[in-house]
Amino acid sequence: MGRYIAKRFLYVLFVLGLVSLVVFYIINLPPGSWIENYALELEAAGSPADSSELTFLRGRYGLDQPLHIQYLRWIGPLLTEGDFGYSFEWRQPVWPLIADRLLLTVVVSLASLVFVYAVAIPIALYSATHQYSFGDYLFSFLGIFGLATPSFLLALVFMVIMLRFFGVSPGGLFSPEYLNAPWSPARVWDLLIHLPVPVIVVGTAGTASVIRILRSQLLDEFQKQYVITARAKGVSESRLILKYPFRMALNPIISNIGTLLPAIVSGSTIVAIVLGLPMTGPLLLRSIIAQDTYVAAGILMMLSVMTVLGVLISDLLLAWLDPRIRFEKSN
Amino acid sequence: MDINPPAEPKVASINSKATNYDVLSQRQLIWRKFKRHRVALLSLYVLVILYIVVLLAEFFAPYGAFQRHSQFLLAPPTPLRFVDEQGVFHLRPFVYKMTNELDRATFQRAFIEDTSEKYFFQLFVRGEPYLLLGFINSDIHLFGVEEPGVFLPFGTDSLGRDLLSRLLLGARTSLFVGLIGLIIGFVLGLFFGGISGYYGGSIDLFVQRLTEFLQSLPTLPLWMALAALVPAEWTPVQVYFGISSVLAIIGWTSLARVIRGKLISLREEDYVMAARLSGVSEAAIITRHLLPGFMSYLIVHLTLAVPQMIIGETALSYLGLGIRAPAVSLGTLLQDAQSVQTVTLSPWLLIPGGMVILIVVAFNFLGDGLRDAADPYRHK
Repeated sequence: MGRYIAKRFLYVLFVLGLVSLVVFYIINLPPGSWIENYALELEAAGSPADSSELTFLRGRYGLDQPLHIQYLRWIGPLLTEGDFGYSFEWRQPVWPLIADRLLLTVVVSLASLVFVYAVAIPIALYSATHQYSFGDYLFSFLGIFGLATPSFLLALVFMVIMLRFFGVSPGGLFSPEYLNAPWSPARVWDLLIHLPVPVIVVGTAGTASVIRILRSQLLDEFQKQYVITARAKGVSESRLILKYPFRMALNPIISNIGTLLPAIVSGSTIVAIVLGLPMTGPLLLRSIIAQDTYVAAGILMMLSVMTVLGVLISDLLLAWLDPRIRFEKSN
Repeated sequence: MDINPPAEPKVASINSKATNYDVLSQRQLIWRKFKRHRVALLSLYVLVILYIVVLLAEFFAPYGAFQRHSQFLLAPPTPLRFVDEQGVFHLRPFVYKMTNELDRATFQRAFIEDTSEKYFFQLFVRGEPYLLLGFINSDIHLFGVEEPGVFLPFGTDSLGRDLLSRLLLGARTSLFVGLIGLIIGFVLGLFFGGISGYYGGSIDLFVQRLTEFLQSLPTLPLWMALAALVPAEWTPVQVYFGISSVLAIIGWTSLARVIRGKLISLREEDYVMAARLSGVSEAAIITRHLLPGFMSYLIVHLTLAVPQMIIGETALSYLGLGIRAPAVSLGTLLQDAQSVQTVTLSPWLLIPGGMVILIVVAFNFLGDGLRDAADPYRHK
C-alpha cells in the first residue's frame, strides 16, 4: 500500500508539472499581450507615460524573452515562494486576488459533491429496489432532463423562479454586509444560507449521472447468487441490500469521482459566471478576455490541481476500500 | 424410423426457424432490436425532422433571421386564434393586429391585440428573399399571415427580430457544430485509440496516460482558454471550424478509450489470428476484420458524444467565447437571456434553451436505443 501511495504521488507530481506547461502554453498562445495592448492604449491616448512600470514588468517576467524563459520566470517563484505573479489589469499580485475565490470554489465544489451523493444514493437505491415503478420512471425522466440541461440554463431558470415566486435575487454567495467582511462565524453562516442554490444548480447533472450508474450497478448485483442465498437464509431485505449489493455498487461510484470532480469544477465555473458568484469563474473569463496572463494561468492551474488531487484521493480511497485493488497494485 | 419419432418434428421446427432467421443480416437484426425501443425510435424521427428543418431553415422560418420589426421590440409570442371576439369559430386560424403602448408608469412596452382587424394564416407566403442550400433563390416561406399583419410564433428579441426564424438558424449552427466537432474528434479518437489498442506496449501506455491526463482536467475552463485562441478577425465560417476543433481537442479522449478497449478484446479473437496467419496485411486486418467488429459501439459512442459538443458550444457562445454575431447559434440566442430582469419580463427568450434540451434529450435516447441494439444477440 505504501508503495502504491508513493507511486501515485509521484505520478500526480508529474501530471501537475505537465499541467503547468500546457496551461502556460495555452494562455500565451493568443497573439498580443496585455502589456502590448496597454502600451498601444496609452499611445492612442497620447500619453506614453509611466513606461517605467511596463519596463519593470517586462524585465521581471521576461516578457520580451522566449516562452520557455517566461515559463521558468513564472513557475520558479510559484514553486519557491508561492508567488503566482502579477495581475496587469488589477495592478496587484495574483494570489490575494484569487485566494478567496479559490476557497469559495473549493467550498462550492465539495458541497456539490456531497449534495450529489446525498441525493443520488437514496434515489438510486429506491429506483433499483422499485424497478419499473412510477417513482423509478419519474426519477429516470427527471434524470434525463438533469443531464440534458446545460448548467448555465438551469442557473438562469433558477434565478427567474426565485425572482418571480419568492421575490429574491439569488445572486451572490454572501449578503451585502458580509461581502467584504473578514471571515467570522457569522460570515460562514451567511455563506451556508446562500450555498443551496449554486450547489443544486452545479450538482444536478452529476446527480443524474450518478443515479444512472448506481441504479444499473445495483440491478446487476441483485441478479447475483449471493443475494439469492442471503434472501434464502432470511436476511431482512433492507439489511441485505445495504450489506451486500450496495457495497459492491459503491466501487464504481468512488472511481467515478475522477470524472465527476472535473465536471463539477467545469459546472461551477459557468454557474458562477451566470449567478455572479465571487468564485474563480467570472475572474477567469475576464482574465482570458483581457489577456491578463498570470491571473488566467493561476486560476487554470489551481482548478486543475483541484481536480487532479480529487482523482488522487478517489484512487487512494478505492484502494483502501477494495482489497482486490490494493493487492493488485502493491504487487 | 419409429424408434425415435418425436425427434423428427423437433428438428424440422428448428430448421424452419433457422431458415426464417437466416435471411436477416446483422444490419436488419440491429434495426429490429432498435425499433423495439420506442422512445429511441421517436428520438430518431425528431432528429431527422430537426436536421431537415434546420437545413431548409430559411423556408420554414416565417421571416429573415436579421429582418427587424421595429414596431415589435421584445414582443411576446403572437397568439394564433380560432375563435374571434364575437365567439365565432374560424377553421382558418388568424392573428389580431398588434399595437404597442408605452406604459407611462413602468416604462415597459405593452402589446395589445386590436380586435378590429384580423389577419388570416396562410401557407407558402412571399416574404424576405433568401438563398436556400446555397443555390436555390426564393422568397416563399412555409407560413405567415396576410399583409400587413405580423405573426411572431415565439416573439421577438430586443432588436425586433423574429425569434422562431433565428431559432431555426441558430439550431442549424449548433446541430452542425456538433457534427463537425464529432468528425474531428472521431478521427483523433480512432487514431489514438487504434494505435494504442492494436500495438499495445509503450505506445498504449503513452496514449493511456495522455487520455487520463486530459480527462482529469476541468473541461470548461480549458475550453474557455482555447476558445480565446480563435482570432477576432476570422470569418464566421472559420470561427465555426475553430470552435468545433476546440471542442474536439478534449472530446476525443473517451472515444479513444472505447476503441482501445474493444480492439484489445478483439485482437485476441481466433479469426484475427487466422487472418494474420494467412498473411493478410495489418491495414486490411484493421479495416476488414477489426473495424466491423466494433463499428456499432463506435456509432453508439458518437451519438452520445454529439450532445456534449452541443452543450459545449452553447456554453462557450453564451459566454461570448464561441460563435459570434452576426452568426447565430443557440448559445448566442441565449446571450439575450443573460440578465434576470430581461428573462422575467420576456420569458420567451428562454425558448432556445428548450431547444437545446430537446436536442440533447433526443440524442441521449437515440444513443440508449442504439446501445441496446448494437449487440442484437444479447438478451436482457
